[in-house]
Parts: sequence; C-alpha cells; structure tokens
Amino acid sequence: MLPDNLKEHATAAAVEAFDATAVVSAKFDRDELTIEIAPEKIVSVCGFLKYDLGFVRLSTITGVDWYPAEPRFEVVYHLHSLDRNERLRLKCRLPGGDPEIDSVTEVWRGANWFERETFDLFGVRFRNHPDLRRIMLPDDWEGHPLRKDYNVMGDRG
Amino acid sequence: MSDTITTPIPESMAVEATGAKPRTLSLNMGPQHPSTHGVLRLELELDGETIVKCRPDIGYLHTGIEKEFEVKTYQQAVTLTDRIDYLAPLSNNLCYCLAVEKLLGLEIPPLAQWTRVMLTELTRLNSHLVWLGTHAIDIGAMSVFLYCFREREDILRIFEMYSGQRMMTSYFRIGGLALEPPRGWQQRVRTFIDAFPSKVDEYEELLTNNRIWVGRTRGIGIMSMEDMLDWGVTGPMLRAGGLKWDTRKSQPYSSYDKFDFEIPTQTEGDVYARYQVRIEEMRQSARIVKQALEGMPGGRWTADAPHVVLPDREKMKTQMEALIYHFKIVTEGFRVPAGEVYQAIESPRGEVGYYVVSDGTTHAYRVHVRGPSFANLGAVPRMVEGTLIADVIASIGSMDFVLGDCDR
Repeated sequence: MLPDNLKEHATAAAVEAFDATAVVSAKFDRDELTIEIAPEKIVSVCGFLKYDLGFVRLSTITGVDWYPAEPRFEVVYHLHSLDRNERLRLKCRLPGGDPEIDSVTEVWRGANWFERETFDLFGVRFRNHPDLRRIMLPDDWEGHPLRKDYNVMGDRG
Repeated sequence: MSDTITTPIPESMAVEATGAKPRTLSLNMGPQHPSTHGVLRLELELDGETIVKCRPDIGYLHTGIEKEFEVKTYQQAVTLTDRIDYLAPLSNNLCYCLAVEKLLGLEIPPLAQWTRVMLTELTRLNSHLVWLGTHAIDIGAMSVFLYCFREREDILRIFEMYSGQRMMTSYFRIGGLALEPPRGWQQRVRTFIDAFPSKVDEYEELLTNNRIWVGRTRGIGIMSMEDMLDWGVTGPMLRAGGLKWDTRKSQPYSSYDKFDFEIPTQTEGDVYARYQVRIEEMRQSARIVKQALEGMPGGRWTADAPHVVLPDREKMKTQMEALIYHFKIVTEGFRVPAGEVYQAIESPRGEVGYYVVSDGTTHAYRVHVRGPSFANLGAVPRMVEGTLIADVIASIGSMDFVLGDCDR
C-alpha cells in the first residue's frame, strides 16, 4: 500500500498500478524514494522497472541485518534511470532463519557479483543464481561477517 | 589445434590423431602479476591463444571495511574511506561526508564546497595519471610512466600541503574541511595547473599517434553499450562507448553546477577510446581546478553546527559551551538522526556510492560502499572471452580498477 503522499509520485504510482500486491510500503525521505516489495515479487517488479520504466541501471545490491528484530534481513536494491535521471531504492524483508530470495540476475546480469557478495557477507541465499559462491572470503570460511551476531572477538567472544 | 599434422615430424615423436576434441589449457593470471595492479587472479581457459572462459577471482584485499564502519564514530570513519580506493581517497571522503551530511541536514559553506571540488578534481588528475602511466607500461611504453609520475608528485605535494598526508588525506570531514586551507595554496596550485595542459600535450605526443600504441589499443576490448549498462559498468568506459552521462552534471553535488566543463565522449568503445576520454577528462578537470582557483569564495571552512564540528582552539579556552561540545564530540561522537541515504558521486573510475543507514546513535548502523571497480570487474569475462590472451592486459588495463575499491 502506498501512503497518501506518494499516490502522485510517478514512479511509485506506476509500480502500484503494475502490481498492487507487490508493494508492501513506501516512503519518501530526504529526496529518496524507497519502496518495500514483497520478496516473492522482486523479479517481476524489477523486470517491469527495467523494461517499462527505464531503470536500466542496477547500482548495487546489499543487505542490512536488523538482529534481533524479525523479519531480520533487508535486501536493498538501488536502481537508476538515466532517462528520468532518477534513483530508486527497493527493499525486501526476509526472516532470520534461512533467508532466501529470487535472484535478479535474469534482469540485470550485473547483479551476479552483488548477490554473491550479499550471500557471502550476510548469508542470504539467492534462488536461481548462476554461480552462488563466496566472493570476498575463502570458500571454507565459517559464518557471515556482516551479520550483527557474528563473533568479532575471536576466542574471547 | 587441428587434428591433422601438417609439419613433418620425426616418426618416433609422431602422435596418432585420435579425433578427440581439442583440449583447452587452464592458465592462472595473477594474483601476483604486475599488470593486474594489485592482487587479482584471472582463471583463463585457453584454446590456443583464444580465451574460451575467464573467471575473475577477487577478495585478496578484503579487509572488512564495511564491518569496521559499524564500530567507529561517524567522524572517525572518514579515515576508512581513504583506504578503500587508495588512488582516489578524496573522492571517497567526499562521497561519505555528503551522505552523512544529508542525514544530518547540514549546510556546507561555499569555501568548503569549492575546496572540495578543487581537490577532488586534483584527485581525478592524480588517479588518471597513475592509470595512464601504468597502462602504458603494461602495453610497453615505459617513458610515459616517468612523465606521469612527475606530475603526480606535484599533486601529492599539494595534498600534503593541505592535509599533512600525501595519500591517506582524510581532509574532508563531516561538516566541512579538517583544517583551514593552508597559507599560500593559491600559488602552489596555480603553478601546477598553469603548466598542466602542456604536460597533457606531452603525453599525447608520446602516445596518441604512436603506431604501436594505436595498434595495441584500437578495436580491442570492445563492449556494447547494452552489455555495459547491463553489467553495471560506469565511468569513462561508458563515456568511451558514447553515453554522455556524468553524475557531476546529471545530479550535481558540492556545487559542481557552478562550474563550466564538458563531458568528453567517444563512440568506438575500445581501449583507445577510453584513453582518449580520460585524456580529455584531464583537460576538463584542469579547467575546473582553474575556475575554483580563480573564484574561490571566502568565509568559514566548516559548517555552523557546533554539535558536529569541533570548536576553534581559541573558543575552547574562553567559552564553556565550546568546551562542552568539544568534550562530547571527542568522547562520544555526534548523534545522526535515524534514516538512510544513498549518495552517488563521479569518481575517476565511475559511480562511487555510499549507502548509510543510521539508527540514531553515534555509530553508523550499516555502511555499504558501491565501488565502481567491483562492478566494472564483474564485466571482465564479457569483455575478454573470445579475444586473444595478448589483449587481456590492454583490456583490463583500460578498465582502470583499484583492487582495494573492489574488495574493500
């Protein structure tokens, strides 16, 4: 559901018109539009944004861990449209136990490494990813360092 | 490899043709290869001299900087941004400061904004000079390197004059600049920038019409515009393919809209075009520096925000308020209102973006750095697969990546 102040916002309204069930919430803060998308709809919404609204660039994908809150993880997508000269942030919330979401590599091939990085550092799994391996850390590394409950104290932790 | 042997070989050494498929050869390039500029490993699968498959392996320089952001106060974390892209520290300083300032809603005085523009453009020159020198060495033109590092030295001296540091400057702080611009900076910058365009002519004389240089770079490493956008490539590579997009123009920050400069583009999208774009960018950056030098506004170099900016020494000794603010900022840091911002700027390599999430405390809850080198390197397989191994060096050199920026 869009809040009332965003009903007039062209991009937000277009996403709502495309699939109202995909929009969980939205906000416009400090000149930046954020739309929270239902995780199972992320690929179709991204496809719509890329091919119909001109968000041809995927700037980055990353995660935020809100431990111990639930749903614990946020996967954050930053998109950019060159024609509209506009940036957009999409968010999906995922539960703490076995977080999984569909990969958007079929929409932007550049998502490949960003998703691998999010997998490596947060432990979020991306379904249908062509090559989901660790990217920053060695393959035999244990744990996901950017999680808030990751032990940073070594043996003392 | 063909199945029939055409050259006569001694009978004892002849191998029977089995009709099996030609075998490919796996070759490791790096991580300690001089032309990988840092520690990058490319796993290449070769069929003869043609690359069938390329798998970049990164992460050798991963130091967990994003994790460290979470245990430093906002102001302390500026020093981390230097170390991300060590050839463009000030661009990263700027992007991080802009992001946090946006969260705080700070107004930055004109002197600080203009100084920021001038120094980030000098950083662009610095970075492009290192790129040009090392790229030329990779391809075999040794002397260009010596010319480029001569000018780079002057730029590093200017940085040292401002901040006391040549590389890890940390000169931009949340709320303005770390120190007042040093006495006599105008003279130093003027001497450098007046002479610089003729230095660019010198590099061009060595390379632009050099037959070997042109032969090694023309028609090499081409990627289509569609591919580049799809893979998230940014910066001079896009502009060399004909896209006139530069964040400094399209979403101006730090008063870039007050400067007069062009966005150079080419259409070929090959290694040579990237060289031409960067050379022209150097000339444009020199123009910006000159404008900043001539029109530098006066006034304060820090914002009027006592809860963020450390007070002057003098005030600290005479005013109780200033002393309290100083104590609070130093011991605990300042609180940043909860929220999130994504700030993107045009670094020498493309789009640098800082995504900062605040939960209202004195430490960032989460900082994500979108390094242009990371995205650009992801596109390496697309660029080199199907080309010759001899051209890999030229191709990846033209991307101008910094592994620190990639691995973070």
